Amino acid sequence: MTETPIHDGRLAAPLLEMRSVNAHYGAVHALRDVNLSIYEGELVCLLGGNASGKSTTLKTLLGMLKPTSGEVVLDGEVVNDKPTSYRVARGVTMVPENRRLFKRLSVRENLDLGAYLRSDADGIAADLERVFELFPRVRERLSQKAGTLSGGEQQMVAMGRALMAKPRVLLMDEPSMGLAPALVQQNFELIQQIHEAGLTVFMVEQNANMALSIANRGWVLQTGRVVLDDTAANLLAHPDLRASYLGQSDT
Amino acid sequence: MTATVAPETAANAPMPARPALAQDWRRLVRMGAVGAVAQIFIALSNMPVRLDERLVVKPILSLGYLCLLIVPFAAGHRVGHQIEREGVPQHTAGAHEVAGGAACGAIAGGGLSLLAVLLANFDLREPLVNWSPMLAELLAFGHTTGFAVVVWLLIGTAVGAAGGGLRLLGPRSQRAAVTMVLTVAGAAVLEPLVVDLAEGMGLEALSDRLYHRRGGVNWTSALVLAAVSGILAVLGRGRMRQAREHIAALEGAKRTRTNLGLIAATAALLVILPLFAGKLTNELAANVGLFVLLALGLNIVVGLAGILDLGYVAFFAVGSYTAAVLTAATSPRIHPELPWLVALIIVVVVTGLVGLFIGAPVIRMRGDYLAIVTLGFGEIIRLIFLSDWLSGWFGGAQGITKIPGAGIFGLTSVAGTDPRRVFYLVLAFCAIAIYVSWRLERSRLGRAWMAVREDETVAEAMGINTVNVKLLAFVVGAVLGSFSGAIFSAKVGSVFPNSFLILVSIVILVVVIFGGMGSIVGVIAGSAVLIGVLGGPKQPGLLAEFSEFKLLIYGALLIWMMLARPEGLIPSVRRSRELHQQEMAQDAWLKGQVEDDNGSDNGNGNNNDGRQAAAAT
Repeated sequence: MTETPIHDGRLAAPLLEMRSVNAHYGAVHALRDVNLSIYEGELVCLLGGNASGKSTTLKTLLGMLKPTSGEVVLDGEVVNDKPTSYRVARGVTMVPENRRLFKRLSVRENLDLGAYLRSDADGIAADLERVFELFPRVRERLSQKAGTLSGGEQQMVAMGRALMAKPRVLLMDEPSMGLAPALVQQNFELIQQIHEAGLTVFMVEQNANMALSIANRGWVLQTGRVVLDDTAANLLAHPDLRASYLGQSDT
Repeated sequence: MTATVAPETAANAPMPARPALAQDWRRLVRMGAVGAVAQIFIALSNMPVRLDERLVVKPILSLGYLCLLIVPFAAGHRVGHQIEREGVPQHTAGAHEVAGGAACGAIAGGGLSLLAVLLANFDLREPLVNWSPMLAELLAFGHTTGFAVVVWLLIGTAVGAAGGGLRLLGPRSQRAAVTMVLTVAGAAVLEPLVVDLAEGMGLEALSDRLYHRRGGVNWTSALVLAAVSGILAVLGRGRMRQAREHIAALEGAKRTRTNLGLIAATAALLVILPLFAGKLTNELAANVGLFVLLALGLNIVVGLAGILDLGYVAFFAVGSYTAAVLTAATSPRIHPELPWLVALIIVVVVTGLVGLFIGAPVIRMRGDYLAIVTLGFGEIIRLIFLSDWLSGWFGGAQGITKIPGAGIFGLTSVAGTDPRRVFYLVLAFCAIAIYVSWRLERSRLGRAWMAVREDETVAEAMGINTVNVKLLAFVVGAVLGSFSGAIFSAKVGSVFPNSFLILVSIVILVVVIFGGMGSIVGVIAGSAVLIGVLGGPKQPGLLAEFSEFKLLIYGALLIWMMLARPEGLIPSVRRSRELHQQEMAQDAWLKGQVEDDNGSDNGNGNNNDGRQAAAAT
C-alpha cells in the first residue's frame, strides 16, 4: 500500500525505521504492529488524535520506551536495546511537545545542554552560529532565563537546542501545541526552512491540515495502529481523514 | 525590614496623609489579635523566663523582654503597610500610621495583660507547664497584677506607635535607625565572641567597657554604639552597594583579580583570627565548619540535582563510624589503628560505596516518594550502628570511644582538646569542598544536574543518562558529608548512634534552605547564622540560652523565609533570577527606566535581566 517514497530508491535503507513494533504501558497495548520508515531528507508526519499512540511512537524511536516486540532500526542497526544517549549521539533528536525548555536556566545553558553529548568545541561553536543565523533573536536573549521568553521565542530556543545536537533526523512532538494561530503558521514555516536546509524531519501532529501542507508523506495512527500510509496530497484528499481530522465532510 | 517607598514619578505623586482615626479597623484588630496570640504563645513557651538572664542592654533590656516587645513593634509597623499598586498613589505617612500602630500595639499588649490576669486567677500548670509564678512575676515586673495589666497595655501602645512611627522617617533615616538597632543587637549577640577575641588580642579594656561584668552591653556603650553606627550608616549610605555594583561591572580579568583578592583576604582573615581567639570561638567556628561541609554536600544533592534527600545524616554517620573503627584502638573486633589520613581514604571509598548502594534504588523514584525513602534509609543506617547484632563491630548503644585525634603526617595530632587545630583542619576541608562545589557547578556535570532538576524527561531526551548523573550527585554529596563525619569523630573522640538522629538531617536541610539553595556563599552564611548563633543539634551557639527553643526558632525562621525571601539568605544569582524574574520584569515595566534606588536586594544584574524581559513583552 506504500506509495513510492519521494526518494524513489536512491537510498536503499531508511534512516530511521520501525518494523512491526508493539509497545505497552503496563498492560495497555499502546502501539500495535506499527511500521514506519523515514528516509534521509524527508519531511514526514504522523497524524492522530488524543491517545492514538503518537507520543509513544516518539518515545519508542528515542529509546525512552522499549518495544515489546518488533525492531527500531537506526541507520541499518537494530537499536532496541540501546539507550537514549546512544541514539541521540547518532543523530536522533527530539523537540518535545510544548517546547519544555529548562525554564529556570538561561537560554545559553539550554543551548549548551542540547550539545550535551558532543565534545567537538569547534563544531559546537559553528552550530551555535548557525542557530543564531536561523533565529537572530535567540542571540539577544542568551543570558535570559528561558521561562521568561514569549511562546514564539521559546519555540526558537527549543528548535535551536535540538539543532545543537547536530541531528540527522529531528523528531518534533506536536509543534503546533499551545501556540497562537499566527505563531503556528510561523512555526511550520520554520520547520520547512530547517528541512530545506537539509535536515530530515519527522513530526507528530494533531493539526493534520497544517502538517500535510508541508509534509511529503504521512501516516495516520488510530488507537495504536497505522490506518493510513500515503503521500501528503493523497492524505489531504482522503475522505476518512477529511471527516475525522479536518473537521470537514464532503457535502 | 524597611518599608519600600514607591518611586515618585509624576503619575505616582504621593497623596496627603490620612487622618488619624480613618483606620481600616478590621485589619487593625486582626493584626492586633494575631500579635496578642503570638505574645501569649511566646510567654507560655517560657522563652521570656528562660531568656531573662541574658541581658541585651544592661540594665534595661533582657532577651526575655525583647522577644515579647518585638511582637507589638512588628504588628504596629506592619499595620501601616500600604500595598504598592500601579497607578495608585501612596499616602504620605503621618499621624494615621502612628495612631494605627499604637492601637494595634495596644491590642497585642492587651494579650499579655489578659495573660497576667489569667495567671493570677487560675492554675493551669497541668496542661500548660510554663503557667508559673515566675512568669506572672516577670509579666508584672514584680508588682501587682493590676500594674501588669496597665503596664502591658501602655508598653504595647508605645512600642506599636514606635513601630508605626518608623514609617514617618525617610528612607535614609529608616536605614540609619535599622542599622543602629542591628548594631546594638549584634553586639549583644556576639558578646561571647567579642570578649573571647578581645582577650586574645589583649584588648580586655575595650570589652570591659563595652559589656557589663555580668553580661549585656552597658547602656552607655549601647548609646555610643548606636550613635557611631547611625552616623556611619548615613555617611556610608549606598557605598557598599556602589562597591558591589562596581565589582559586578568589572570585566573579565579585572574581575577575576578582584574576586581572587577578596577570597585571599577572607582566607587570610580566617587563618589569622583563630590565633587570637580562645577555645570558645574556635570550638564554635569548628562546629560551624563541620556543618558547612555537610551543607555543601547536601547542597549538591538538593540544590543542584534537585534530589530531596531527607536522610543525609546517613553519610555523616558512615563517615564518623568508618573513621572511628579504623583509627580507634578500642573499637571492638577490628583494630588496624590506621593513621587518620590513611583512614580518610578508606572513609571516602566506603561512603562513596554506601552512597551508591543507597542511591541505586532511591534514584529511580521521584518527588515525594524519593524523600520518604531517603528518610527511611537515614534511620536504617543509624539503627544498623545501634543494633546488638553488629555491636561487635560498632559497639551498639555504647558506641566507640577513645578515638585518637586526627594525625597529619605524624606532624600534629588534631583532637577536640585543641579546638584551634580542629578549626584549621575543618577550614582546610571546607576550602576543598568549596572549590569542588564551585567547579562542579560550572562543569558539564553541573549543567546536567540542573537539567535533571528542571525536567528529568527532557534531560533524558537530550541524551543525559539521568540515572548515572543523579547517582553521581548522591555519591559526591555523600563523600563531602563523610569528611565532616571523619573530622567529627576525631574531634569529639567518641561516636554514638544517637549523634546521628533524623534531626541532624533536618537541621542540615534547614541550613541549606535558609542560606539559599544552590548558593555556596548562602550555605556558609546559613551555617554561620543557624549553627553559630542559634546552635546545632547538640552544640550551643552564641545564644546558648536559646538552645531549648532552637527548633521553634528554626521553624519560625523557615516559615518567614519562605514567605519573605524564598530564595534564601544569600541566593545564588541563578536562583534569585528564577524566583524573582517575573516580578522584576513587571516592576521594570512599571517603573520604566527609573533607577530603583530602594534596592530590592537582588543585585544589579538581575534587574537588567528583568528589564530585558519586560522589553520583550
